[in-house]
Amino acid sequence: MMLRRTLLGSALATAVAATAGSAEAQLTVVSFGGSYQEAQSKALFQPAAKALGITIKEETYTGIADLRLKVKAGAVTWDIVASGSGSAARAGAEGILEKLDYKTIDVSSFLPGLYQDYCVGGDVFSTVLAWNTKTYGDKGPQSWADFWDVKKFPGKRSYRKSVAGALEPALMADGVPPNKVYEVLSAPGGIERAIKKIKELKPHVAVWWASGAQHAQLMKDGEVDLVTGWNGRFDVAKKDGAKVAYTFNQALLDYDCYAIAKGAPHRDLAMKFLAEISKPQYQAEFTKYITYGPTNKKAYDLGTIEAAYAKQLPSHPDNAAKQLTVNLDWYIKFEEKASAAYQNMLTE
Amino acid sequence: MSADAGPNAAGLARDARVERVVLLGLSLPALALVTVTMILPVGWLFWLSFLADDGSLSLVHYQRLVEQPSYARIFRTTFEVSALATLICIVLGYPLAYVLSQLPPRVAGVAMIGVLMPFWTSILVRTYAWLVLLQRRGLINTWGMELGLWDEPLALVHDLNGTLIGMVHIMLPFLVLPVYGSMRAIDRDYLKAAANLGAGPARAFRLVFFPLSLPGLMAGAIIVFILCLGFYVTPAVLGGGKVIMVANRIANDIEIFFNWGAASALGVVLLVLTMLVLWAASRLLRLDRILGGHGT
Repeated sequence: MMLRRTLLGSALATAVAATAGSAEAQLTVVSFGGSYQEAQSKALFQPAAKALGITIKEETYTGIADLRLKVKAGAVTWDIVASGSGSAARAGAEGILEKLDYKTIDVSSFLPGLYQDYCVGGDVFSTVLAWNTKTYGDKGPQSWADFWDVKKFPGKRSYRKSVAGALEPALMADGVPPNKVYEVLSAPGGIERAIKKIKELKPHVAVWWASGAQHAQLMKDGEVDLVTGWNGRFDVAKKDGAKVAYTFNQALLDYDCYAIAKGAPHRDLAMKFLAEISKPQYQAEFTKYITYGPTNKKAYDLGTIEAAYAKQLPSHPDNAAKQLTVNLDWYIKFEEKASAAYQNMLTE
Repeated sequence: MSADAGPNAAGLARDARVERVVLLGLSLPALALVTVTMILPVGWLFWLSFLADDGSLSLVHYQRLVEQPSYARIFRTTFEVSALATLICIVLGYPLAYVLSQLPPRVAGVAMIGVLMPFWTSILVRTYAWLVLLQRRGLINTWGMELGLWDEPLALVHDLNGTLIGMVHIMLPFLVLPVYGSMRAIDRDYLKAAANLGAGPARAFRLVFFPLSLPGLMAGAIIVFILCLGFYVTPAVLGGGKVIMVANRIANDIEIFFNWGAASALGVVLLVLTMLVLWAASRLLRLDRILGGHGT
């Protein structure tokens, strides 16, 4: 009896130790699924896990609201959360993310503005102006002023249904130079000025798009002639035969990033993991799967990204120079107000 | 219980109690399910809508609904679109149900399969199918222009037109079924009697058949209208961002603002308005009788 109890006890102890051991060496990461997460998994998550000698569990979610529920319920099972930069900035301000330790994560060779207190940039994408090459040929509109010019470029437009990335182009079309856009938007009357400009375009907007999949589909079907949207989606659509081209002129440079959930089970290991996937070799590898650029400049110097291909990436220095980097501080401060005004304009 | 109720009264009362307990036991699983899946979440939603972002009790979310004009417009759109869809369903569905009810039952059964067929496909699939058909270079526009019926592509989708087409397609069976049922139940002898008394077919229809089919029509219309109020997918896919209904705005508020409170308040207002409509309808139309309650 005594013996049995001891045996059982030691077996239990071993089992407990084994679970604890594997729990220490396993991270859970959550992202948006689809071709995007596939690229992340192949280029970042699996190779980095191998390098660190740990295992990684991948899950998918729909957005930061899911994380909020978990944190509020005190049941955080995720360590690393892939997010858009804007949502991460607001989630950080709200207190549902851990502060990142930039002594562990090396961002010294990052492009400026592509990391923040609570989230480190993983890839760069652009909100670009794209057009139907069947309607306009290769010489399509080259600026937001052209996008607004319905005489020079007659045709149906599609524009974003929510306010993120929607006001900046309007101001540029209204003659505000890119480097003054956020200054104007922060000043009294700035948001109203942008909304007024969008109202001008409203009769020509056939579709207000709600997702990347949607604006890619619109171009595939030839439903509209001019559209705003995310560059990677258009490249994928083009591969599928869509008649679409886009320009980086006056595009909005933005990034996706990685954050650590507040109360993550393995915070320190997660920090090391983020340090690993922020290294240039991982970022260079990532571009092979989707045309989103690296946030780490050094990725371009490794020589693993072909020169011709590198020129198509949003964060290539030549392309980045033509663009306006999205100002997250502005979004933290003004998005709620801007969104209300935008929804108001849409329902008018 | 009176004393002179007979020697067996106590036994009968006990049996009745046992029966009640058994019935309660039988309905417990259903009650539990409704509580867990319906009452608790709705209660939680109700509670959330009265909490400010810092967790204190507040009416801030309702205040926002009043202050921002877009919310009032969205509610108006929701009720207008639902009313229009219901109206179109009546115009299309009533004659259809009439024709079906006049067919021999066996033929009508086969035709009914045609009405019910859409139920076998998911709403999402059907909605995207409409998108493929209706868009600028979709089947309808391509054929129409090739046949020379029109020169420029018609705007059939990404607006109110597309939304209504999609909604009516989904909702039509909900109208046809109750109307068909009530028409089938009408005794043919009434119409013969009307004819006997000198009414022409049109007059007999107007004075006898139509009033008798009215309860079914009302039931169908109310079901359609209330289901329409909660539509999300169809306006999202076929409305082109121009037809924004309450459900769409709820999704928007949650995605953009991490704001459960604001979204909950919208849900609560929609729920209350829907209940008001039901209540008004029941007062006006004796809904209990239509929906088969213990009406007199």
